[in-house]
Amino acid sequence: MTSIILLSVFGIVQLFLGFLRSNKVLLPGALLVLLAVFGANLADWNHAPQSFFNQMLTVDHYTVAFTGIVVLTALLLLPFSRSYVAAHEPNLAEYYALLLFSLVGAVMMIGYDHLLMLFVGIEILSISMYVLAGASKRDSRSNEAALKYFLMGAFATGILLFGIALLYGATGTFALSQIAPAVAAPANASLQPMLYVGILLMIVGIGFKVSAAPFHFWTPDVYEGAPTFFTAFMSTVVKTAGFAAFLKLLAVALPAAQGFWAPTIQAMCALTLLLGNVGAAVQPTAKRMLAYSSVSHAGYLLIGLVAANGSLTGPAASGLFFYSLAYSIATVAAFGVLKLVADQRGRDDYAALNGLGKTNPLLAFVMTVAMLSLAGIPLTGGFFGKFFLLTAAAGQGHIGLVVFAVVMSMVGIYYYLRPIIAMYLRPAEGPNAEAVPVDGLQAFTLGLLALLTIALGIVPGFLSGIL
Amino acid sequence: MLTAVLLFLPLAAALLLHFTKGGTARALALGASLVEFALAAFVAFDFSRHGSGPYNLDYAWIPSAGLNFHLGLDGLSLLLVLLTTFLVPLILLAAFRRDYDNPSAFYALVLFMQTGLLGVFMALDAFLFYFFWEVALIPIYFLAGAWGGERRIAVTLKFFLFTVVGSLLMLAGFVYLYLQTGPAASGLAAHSSELSAFYKLKLSAGEQSWLFWLIFAAFAVKMPIFPFHTWQPDTYTEAPAPATMLLSGIMLKMGIYGTLRWLLPVVPLGVSQWQRPVIILAVIGVIYGAVIAIRQRDMKRLIAYSSLSHVGLMAAGVFSLTQIGLQGAVVQMLAHGVNVVGMFFAADAIERRTGTRHLPDLGGLTRRTPLLSVCFLVMLLSTVALPLTGGVVGEFLLLAGVYQYSAWVGAVAGLTIIFSAVYLLRMFQRSMLGPDSSFSATITDLTGGELLVFVPLIVLVFWLGLFPGTFLRLSEPAVSSILTAVGR
Repeated sequence: MTSIILLSVFGIVQLFLGFLRSNKVLLPGALLVLLAVFGANLADWNHAPQSFFNQMLTVDHYTVAFTGIVVLTALLLLPFSRSYVAAHEPNLAEYYALLLFSLVGAVMMIGYDHLLMLFVGIEILSISMYVLAGASKRDSRSNEAALKYFLMGAFATGILLFGIALLYGATGTFALSQIAPAVAAPANASLQPMLYVGILLMIVGIGFKVSAAPFHFWTPDVYEGAPTFFTAFMSTVVKTAGFAAFLKLLAVALPAAQGFWAPTIQAMCALTLLLGNVGAAVQPTAKRMLAYSSVSHAGYLLIGLVAANGSLTGPAASGLFFYSLAYSIATVAAFGVLKLVADQRGRDDYAALNGLGKTNPLLAFVMTVAMLSLAGIPLTGGFFGKFFLLTAAAGQGHIGLVVFAVVMSMVGIYYYLRPIIAMYLRPAEGPNAEAVPVDGLQAFTLGLLALLTIALGIVPGFLSGIL
Repeated sequence: MLTAVLLFLPLAAALLLHFTKGGTARALALGASLVEFALAAFVAFDFSRHGSGPYNLDYAWIPSAGLNFHLGLDGLSLLLVLLTTFLVPLILLAAFRRDYDNPSAFYALVLFMQTGLLGVFMALDAFLFYFFWEVALIPIYFLAGAWGGERRIAVTLKFFLFTVVGSLLMLAGFVYLYLQTGPAASGLAAHSSELSAFYKLKLSAGEQSWLFWLIFAAFAVKMPIFPFHTWQPDTYTEAPAPATMLLSGIMLKMGIYGTLRWLLPVVPLGVSQWQRPVIILAVIGVIYGAVIAIRQRDMKRLIAYSSLSHVGLMAAGVFSLTQIGLQGAVVQMLAHGVNVVGMFFAADAIERRTGTRHLPDLGGLTRRTPLLSVCFLVMLLSTVALPLTGGVVGEFLLLAGVYQYSAWVGAVAGLTIIFSAVYLLRMFQRSMLGPDSSFSATITDLTGGELLVFVPLIVLVFWLGLFPGTFLRLSEPAVSSILTAVGR
């Protein structure tokens, strides 16, 4: 709760700081706010669950854990805003403010206990993202991305809202804790079809937000067109918050309907894994590859929903937490490096990375760690993310799905190796011979990201199984 | 405690190497690897005196999933730890002969890999084993890729994909075994991936049948067994000489070791079910590698195929499931490690002097290089299994084991000795003897530094040949307990 208040208040303060028109104040300000929020959020750990706003919002271990991920992600991402914002934008303050507001939405999506709160959270997050996707005002691709994202997103929100309405019609309540018994023991059997259609529409709506196939089609274009900094934000914060909301919906409100939604989610999962991984393998540019890779990771995360078995605790929920954390950190690192390289070299294809191992050993090392983590190779957090999720799923008897996921991760290894090959095995020629400039804060953040990823890969014990 | 030092010393040195340059880097890398060898030798001495040692290291690694950071040493592990720590300083010395770009990164990767290898040989928890298995792969990929020959990109990609696919299958097998341990209902923490827990599992023959292939996939690719070998000749040829030595001298043994420790006792019914097909594949590899080696003109490629042929015999010996065959595999792992590193180093020494390893371009080198000729010849003859050398003990025991399994298979596998004499002596004749080539007059003999690499290798070759008991005694209890678990 403190985190929501802090984020909202300082979001407004950031807007006023905009009068100073100085990145020297805005960026450190935003970093300090996020540090404070991160600390305040952690302070809520190990307290008894608290409810706010007439039981519409809960702060428990689940909320604290996932809020921790989104705030940490934003914190680690911010240093990469610097060169972008400074170069393009006279009204920087608004972007920082929008980022903070969007985090408010994310925290509400994680902590909601009431479908209304879920909807409000999703909207706060989404509307900020629609604006930020078009942040590069003079770039037609960025405009296209924003328009596409807005049209598709508005459509999906409509579907989600429709689903919420039908669910309300069938159960007579918005509160998650009251939906569960109403679904388990329906008062009026003739309303069952309405319930199922409502569930399906909600799955579609949230599936769109987390870019799960077959509702992922907007992802590559929007991710490619949006400025890299905001792409990174979309593929980490939005996805983490989306999955936290998704799991809560399925596990708290709809465990009784598992027989209905489990096959749906499994089918989506298999399709997402297939389209994401195969799609990523054939992309010509590193940025588009990362966009498809984010789709494929939605597939692995969906396995966690299937394996959770109607519980916000236990191996599947913990696995989902660990996976989201490892994925977010690695993705921020990958996009961070890619953004720095693209800013200097003016392109984001694989060839832009050629010879980076020679010119910028730090960037190349961080990118390598990120790629290995996303590919799920040991020594990185990504391995244990996959390990925990897949073991939990196998323990629940979803052998077929797990085998499919393992096969798909073999495909993944191929495309995650491509940047590594470019960086270390190909020579730095022509414009690539020049080193990419990295400022101190960015270098520090990149080092921290790599260290965190490796720490998660060597001593995962301190964060595994906390839920 | 000593176990932890043994494991992490190379890693610590690798990290320190990033802050050093040139001569300091060399001294640090070599010094660390020598200290490591001294440490391993001390452990081995202590171990052989007591018959066991306080070398167990067991910490809770991921308590919520019941995984432990469990390392231990028995005779079998110890021999491979000795082999690794013995070869790494020599491989580093060999690397000093060349001016590689960014040398401190090169040495750091070698030492990093050493930690991975030692972890593989000491791990007693399945996921820890898998962890180190992949940790060993990452540095060798970069060593072979970044410092390799012209076709390195495609070749190392193939190598990486082959090995990772194999090890993911093994991981899937381990996850299945892990979920079978402990009560299913009480969450992950009740499961265990300890080797001892796997040994206790009661699995049906049907389960073991497919689990065998899941787990064996990783080992078969690593060794490699025919037909999983297609990455091997290219990778050995394209990788820089020190990386090739690591691959063939030590990494290949991960496959044999894994089979002995993690396959035979864990799925014994699966093993006896698939024993015949695997032995036949292994023997096909023996003949196939040898026949292709005879036709090779590139020295490195020839040695690569010869290694393929020899590892096939080791695999056949392991799957004969006889005491003598397993013991033979253990000795041959040591002998092959020494021989193949020596041969690759000799080939590299020739290439460095002449700029080529193409046999038709070479010839008549002996006159000006008596030392090199002698060293090269000793390594060759040991590989051919000439009496008094290390090769003969291993090959003899292996063939005896395979013969016990089936006289016919043994007879076919026995051809390996004849074949290897043909292709290796042909290589020696084409490169060192024969009519003079353009290099005959100008080539220089081994330098003192190069001799430093060869002398320990030659000493070990004769030690293995004359007193194999030193090593057989160490491994015997371990081998017996494996065979007991298999039920033989």
